[in-house]
Amino acid sequence: MKSTTQSNNKTHHEEHSELNFWKKYIFSTDHKVIGIQYGITSLLFLLLGFMLVMMMRWQIAYPEQQFPLYNFLIPFGVIGVIIMFIGGLQPKLNTVVGVCIIALTGLFWYLGTGEERMPEGIMLPEFYNQLGAMHGTIMVFLGVVPLAVGAFGNYVMPLQIGAPDMAFPKLNMASYWVYFIGGVIMIASFFVPGGAANSGWTSYPPLANIATTGQTWWLLGMVFLITSSLLGSVNFIVTIIQLRATGLTFMRLPFFVWTQFITSFLLLLAFPPLEVAGILQLMDRVAGTSFFMPSGLVVSGQIFPATGGGTPILWQHLFWFLAHPEVYVLILPAMGIIAEVIANNTRRPLWGYKYMVYSIIFLCFISFIVWAHHMYITGMGTKISAFFQTTTMIISVPSIVILSSLFVSLYGGSIRFNTPMLFALAFLPMFGIGGLTGLPLGLSTSDIHLHDTYYVIGHFHYVVAPGTIFALFAGIYFWYPKITGRILNETLGKIHFWGSFVCMNFIFFPMLIQGLQGVARRMYDGGQQYAHTQNVLYLNEVMSIAAWVMAVFQVFFIINMFISLRKEKQTDTNPWKATTLDWTATTSPPLAHGNFETVPEVYCEAYEYSVPGDAQDFKPQNKQ
Amino acid sequence: MEIPYTIETRHDTGLYNAKLGIWLFLASEVMLFGGLFASYILLRTGASEWPHGSTYLNIPLATLNTVVLIASSVTMVMSWASLMMNEFKKFKIYMGITILCGFLFLIVKYFEYSAKFEHGYFPSNNTFLAIYFTLTGLHGLHVIGGIVVNSYFWGAGSKMWFFQPKRFTNRIEIAGLYWHFVDLVWIFLFPVLYLL
Repeated sequence: MKSTTQSNNKTHHEEHSELNFWKKYIFSTDHKVIGIQYGITSLLFLLLGFMLVMMMRWQIAYPEQQFPLYNFLIPFGVIGVIIMFIGGLQPKLNTVVGVCIIALTGLFWYLGTGEERMPEGIMLPEFYNQLGAMHGTIMVFLGVVPLAVGAFGNYVMPLQIGAPDMAFPKLNMASYWVYFIGGVIMIASFFVPGGAANSGWTSYPPLANIATTGQTWWLLGMVFLITSSLLGSVNFIVTIIQLRATGLTFMRLPFFVWTQFITSFLLLLAFPPLEVAGILQLMDRVAGTSFFMPSGLVVSGQIFPATGGGTPILWQHLFWFLAHPEVYVLILPAMGIIAEVIANNTRRPLWGYKYMVYSIIFLCFISFIVWAHHMYITGMGTKISAFFQTTTMIISVPSIVILSSLFVSLYGGSIRFNTPMLFALAFLPMFGIGGLTGLPLGLSTSDIHLHDTYYVIGHFHYVVAPGTIFALFAGIYFWYPKITGRILNETLGKIHFWGSFVCMNFIFFPMLIQGLQGVARRMYDGGQQYAHTQNVLYLNEVMSIAAWVMAVFQVFFIINMFISLRKEKQTDTNPWKATTLDWTATTSPPLAHGNFETVPEVYCEAYEYSVPGDAQDFKPQNKQ
Repeated sequence: MEIPYTIETRHDTGLYNAKLGIWLFLASEVMLFGGLFASYILLRTGASEWPHGSTYLNIPLATLNTVVLIASSVTMVMSWASLMMNEFKKFKIYMGITILCGFLFLIVKYFEYSAKFEHGYFPSNNTFLAIYFTLTGLHGLHVIGGIVVNSYFWGAGSKMWFFQPKRFTNRIEIAGLYWHFVDLVWIFLFPVLYLL
């Protein structure tokens, strides 16, 4: 048995070494290459989304002033690109990333100029709205989800369940390329007349129905992204159900695999209603229907020629039916990564593994019946509000179970404070703040006061930025040795962590204060007109400076990614001494179908750390 | 290492990969059409007046189309059953009829649509026509997709029968599941749009 698999493996290896560059690295059907493609693309999109919001923050802090260094944008961009190149001159991969960064700098320069966007470096309100809509869309749909699910899920999940590849490799490749095309359509919308989408990331009608052409492009881009996640989620679920190694029962799955499993169900079932909404809005914009347009609406002093019968509330129902589960799509893979890192670095089994699993299954069901808590101020009636308030309070229970389990897992552990662990530890209180600040928004009485203020922005960003993105950083630091064979530099990693950790709180905590005072979100000019917010407006400057300082600390991360690639390749396949199957595969597994030397078999639970009586403090899942 | 369970079933789930995949895909399709039907209900209950389907639409033509689609679902099963009984020629005939029925459905739909346009009925006229064109248009796209897949299996794709008969039979089975779903959607569309 053993010898046949090895010979099979060899023939496969030979077969795949004949593949040319394009088939091996660009149009690959191998889950590891697709994972890396997703990873690089989504990190670049995250960077772009961050650049957009830094322009917005400048506008809010210093309204109608000229953009700083306006005349130096090009030279600074060029210097930045040169630094990136010097960072590491590995062939192929670095060239690809380098070209992407040049394109990003060019795009940033293009956005920072132009009569219709920023005449003389002073931002126009229309452009501010475009930045707002595109920041949200890029961060959520092109950045965080593809990184958490597309990149980590694709690379790590098949390794953790001992599978040779995903169940449908060609669909997997299609999923990446459809996502890529969707992203290109989104970005290209900046170049159409009137600019990109400008109705927020929620694309609320009737504003979105009468918006410029960019909104149509946004909808088309969304249809592509939805198709991509559909292909991906079918693939993920089938892979997890069908391709688990012998002995790997569901209750022995690593928690990360469980979170990917549940996330895929959310994507599979919640996205189609948004696709419906997208199709209907496309019909409204292109075919002249009025699904979302009430009759008698006055646009620019004239009655809009709608045929009547439609309602903007329908859009909100369809949109939030996706967008609430989407929150869990963002946070569940993050929790999975955190669970892996914490179990590994405390050298203890996860406390309450089973209850964590039951919690996320319960979370999945409940998340489909809470969507209307985003809609209390649409006037939908107290009885319906009561239902959604109740379910919203219920859904906080499983999240608390998971977070408490992770906290208790720390108790009595001998913690190793390496960079992934620091990010994981920071995730716990940051996600805690994000979760607890959500409770007042789930109750209609307090939500009516807080709705559409910066409080909502602060709450949401606490969940996603220091929450999910910290978890993704933890994951990158944790699995980088598996992917490349080299550990990221710890000193640079720690500078990156502490800088980001401090700045994140200076960016998002003041938002909660401002929101409680009533500073409205989505405002171009910082709410200067409100007398009662004057005493908190100075915080805009604090937040904006913190955002720009945080950008500096991200440079340490980018440089780290490049220079660590030039280190000598390590020989140890399991540098963190972890138990799950992904660490039993060879370091940076060969780029062909087939990840393991021999077909793995599983004999024990996922996190058998510090088992009494064992010689080592960890017991890999494939050890008897 | 080859990807397992492409042909045989996994012992503990009793499924091969593609069958599970198509059921998951169909689950998402249920959510897609479910969302559209839900929108229809919301729009209709919110409207001050709603026309009876027969004032705009041609019920006899749609009945013909319903018969055509149900017949094609039957022949789809027959084509799979022929493969199970090792009769490749019969498969070709039944699959051919399925594809022809698909085309027949589209042709009837084309006459229906062009009659609407001639009478000056467009999606922008009112919400009823808007949801009618959206729902039947999306269903039509699904029919086209099914015809493309079935034609591939009838033509170039059928070579697989001669070296991997089991896998080819499985492919026909999952194509059939999709085709039945498209049929089923029409069975909901017909009363909702034409008769109610």
